[in-house]
Amino acid sequence: MGGLEELHHIAPVIALLAGAALVLLADLVSNRRTDVQWLALLALVVATFMACWQVLAGIAGESALGGAVVVDVFSLYFTFLLLAVAAAVVIVSSDGLQRVEQKGEFYALLLTSTASMVLLAQAQELITIFVALETTSIVQFVLAGIARDDRSSEAGLKYLLTGAISAAVLLYGFAFLFGLSGTTSLAGIAEFVGTGSEETRLALVLAFVLVAAGIGFKMAIVPFHAWAPDVYQGAPTPVTTFLSVASKAAGFAIVLRIFYAGLGGGDTFVAEDWAKMFAVFAALSMTFGNIAAIQQTDVKRLLGYSSIAQAGNIAVGLAAVAGGSTLGPSAVLFFLGTYAATNLGVFIAVIAVSKSIGSDDLRDYAGLLKRSPGTALVLSLCLLSLTGIPPTAGFIAKVYVFNSAVQTGENWLVWLIVVAVLNTAISAYYYLRWARVMILDEPRETVAFRPSLATNGLLMLAGAGVLFLGVVPTPLIEAARRAAETLV
Amino acid sequence: MLTAFLLIPAIGALVIALLPRGRAQDARWVALVASGLAFAISILVFVQFDRDQAGYQFVDRFEWIRAGDAGFSVQYALGVDGLSTPMVLLTGLLSVAAVLVSFNVSLRPKEYFAWLLVLETAVAGVFLSLDLIQFFIFWELELIPMYLLISIWGSGRKEYSAMKFLLYTIAGSALMLVGFLVLGLTAGTFDIERLTASPPTEAIIPLAAIFWFILAAFLVKLPVFPVHTWLPDAHTDAPTAVSVMLAGVLLKMGGYGILRIVLPILPDQAQDFRVLLAAIAGFSVVYGALITLRQRDLKRLVAYSSVSHMGYVLLGIAALGPVGLSGAALQMFTHGTITGLLFIMVGLVYDRAHTRQISELSGLMHRMPLIGVVMIVAGLAALGLPGLSGFVAELTVFLGSLEAHPVATIAAVFGVVLAAGYILWTVQRVFTGPPNERWADLPDANQWWERTAMGAMLVSILVVGIYPRVLTDVIESGIDPIAAIVQRGG
Repeated sequence: MGGLEELHHIAPVIALLAGAALVLLADLVSNRRTDVQWLALLALVVATFMACWQVLAGIAGESALGGAVVVDVFSLYFTFLLLAVAAAVVIVSSDGLQRVEQKGEFYALLLTSTASMVLLAQAQELITIFVALETTSIVQFVLAGIARDDRSSEAGLKYLLTGAISAAVLLYGFAFLFGLSGTTSLAGIAEFVGTGSEETRLALVLAFVLVAAGIGFKMAIVPFHAWAPDVYQGAPTPVTTFLSVASKAAGFAIVLRIFYAGLGGGDTFVAEDWAKMFAVFAALSMTFGNIAAIQQTDVKRLLGYSSIAQAGNIAVGLAAVAGGSTLGPSAVLFFLGTYAATNLGVFIAVIAVSKSIGSDDLRDYAGLLKRSPGTALVLSLCLLSLTGIPPTAGFIAKVYVFNSAVQTGENWLVWLIVVAVLNTAISAYYYLRWARVMILDEPRETVAFRPSLATNGLLMLAGAGVLFLGVVPTPLIEAARRAAETLV
Repeated sequence: MLTAFLLIPAIGALVIALLPRGRAQDARWVALVASGLAFAISILVFVQFDRDQAGYQFVDRFEWIRAGDAGFSVQYALGVDGLSTPMVLLTGLLSVAAVLVSFNVSLRPKEYFAWLLVLETAVAGVFLSLDLIQFFIFWELELIPMYLLISIWGSGRKEYSAMKFLLYTIAGSALMLVGFLVLGLTAGTFDIERLTASPPTEAIIPLAAIFWFILAAFLVKLPVFPVHTWLPDAHTDAPTAVSVMLAGVLLKMGGYGILRIVLPILPDQAQDFRVLLAAIAGFSVVYGALITLRQRDLKRLVAYSSVSHMGYVLLGIAALGPVGLSGAALQMFTHGTITGLLFIMVGLVYDRAHTRQISELSGLMHRMPLIGVVMIVAGLAALGLPGLSGFVAELTVFLGSLEAHPVATIAAVFGVVLAAGYILWTVQRVFTGPPNERWADLPDANQWWERTAMGAMLVSILVVGIYPRVLTDVIESGIDPIAAIVQRGG
């Protein structure tokens, strides 16, 4: 078993947890609310330095703590992604937390959740995965309900109930995997699957359907999505942001790890089974999410359904992975990266608007261009990116994922892509309607407003990122490719 | 050089965006300089184009998304051949005309001219792209400026029309992407030149499905019956300049796409479905003409006549021979100039009379002789009078298609008769006839920008009408290789 000297492999996680503890202590002694926010930001910066140090120290590829965790390009990709998202959420929280009194607890929980997600991205053994995943979830149940009003409490409770069931299902699936292979390590499971025979096929299929169902809750794919619209709408918006970007990314990270590293990617005898499973999830998620989103008038609820539809798009990439596409994993990673930038932009704009006009109603976005041009422009750009219209990052991401599915050479995956592109056309309707309302409609009130300096800066950064990755996608594509290569 | 053609309007748009608020009226001058420069480059390309050499010229390319990183390669690749050179020229010409006729736009002029220039870049990108994914990017890029131009600066039910345009195009092009991706997998490249050199013989889904996936987008854009309904709405509610661009160059993207991508890469499928395509074409011509006869709004009338005229393009394509294809390409150019001019004239009339209802207008010839004469010339060109460019193009189409599709061709010739009907009838009702006191004070086309735009279009119509070789030379050098592929496939 690994000793304490291997702890530096999880240095970012430790930094974040220490930060969480300090935030709680500081909250007791300090009365100034910005203090805890700065401290939380500091913890994230330290964690980022730790991650950079991991890159420079050349420990990539080493597993540690008895094989429970690994530091590789894949985990580092997600570590940086998650830290960036968490930092953005912390910064924007100064504008988005009016409804929340317990700010200290909020930041501490946020850091804890981020820490366990980073751990999740590093995990390569079932028990670590389960513990990390549950820590994330339990913290998020509290976060969803932290505003302590009716809507927020309802969101927290709904999230908790669905989450608890999902955890049970996931554990059941892990039990099957352990029972079949006699080990909890993903490498060991991969070995078993690689030499597996037809007799174990049914049990294996059952196991990974259960696992996918358990984690499907995190990714918000149909039919495990029911919590998403309510929680998105009810939770404080910074929490929603965190759920929609970070939590979803972590869910997909661990699914990639389990299914690609653990179930042997696309070349095992069960590969086609799980390819078809994800194809069905993808088709359902896209179609249901988009059709339901059309009727929404609350923007946070709309984004809830939109995130279900987008999860469907990413699941297309998972089906491609199983179909043996060598592009699949990096396509999923690239999509998650661009999706993070895009959705952050959308949510930051929503927070800015909500703070200034006190409403999340789509109709109150009328004429936003005249009231706050910068916010309206970045938000419109991000909506174009979500639709997948060039020259935005979302376009490249969609082409990348769809192309990875076509590259498998399986003709049923081409039909899945047909479903996907038709869904893109449906999604254009509600994404662009939102942009239209902002640009064309007459505002109800004409009072101009400006988001706070920090929020505005983040907004511009997200907008620039969406545009930059749409025109110069190569750097992120290369990072995604290198991260994907370490999975095998 | 082609990169300059692509970038100059975009740079112009950027300059306009950076203009200080107080100098918003200068946006039109920036737009004129940018589109003028682009037009000059397009003339240069046209003149320097080597007519005896097949293949792409003035090629600019580099690898945009590298295969080593993404596992697939997307190029930035521009080039022109005999098919795209006239289209580039047309884009340059009509963009200048569009800027000129918008000189008196006073509502948010900065944004207006910036989007107009972005539109030019997007359309130019479609005609210049030699890579399927790049082609698709420019194809979609055109949506944003078009949507905003119609919905902000349009009239009537502008937002409805703009949304309809947007959703039709997105729905049409969604499947095109699937077709492109499958082609890319099959051939291992998205490069149009390489795909043309070795068309795929089989793919993971039936080639016929790919054919229809891709063709659907182009048929919507062309447009032909039954996917044409977005066109009259978009045209009627768009500002004049946008109607000019829409009729003049955007519709051509459909015909161009069929000639550039569908026919050379999927020649066997084109042979299989030629009769169906000819039937759609013939029906569109007659149906469009009949509907045109019934229009009471001058602009809607011109819009529906486009449906009829673009039917000729598809008819020429369906003939699948060198003559028919040349006719189709020629028709795209001439329709661009003729209908562009018609929309300019309708816009001028509307600017003055503030109505487009044919029944309210009468005897305008007495008040605005210049507008009247130019309108009549453009109308005669549209109905195919010998000596004007429309005649050459339509005749070539009919010559090419008569043997292959006699019934559809005869139906289409009947469309010409109907065209004579609706155009002469309209001219009679609007321009001749007793002068109406209500229009006694209307000025003629008296601004230099209006006259310049009219003059430039008129010259191109006359030149091509009297000496078509200036264009057919170039077109044939581009069409012949395509026709050879299609006929070999059959």
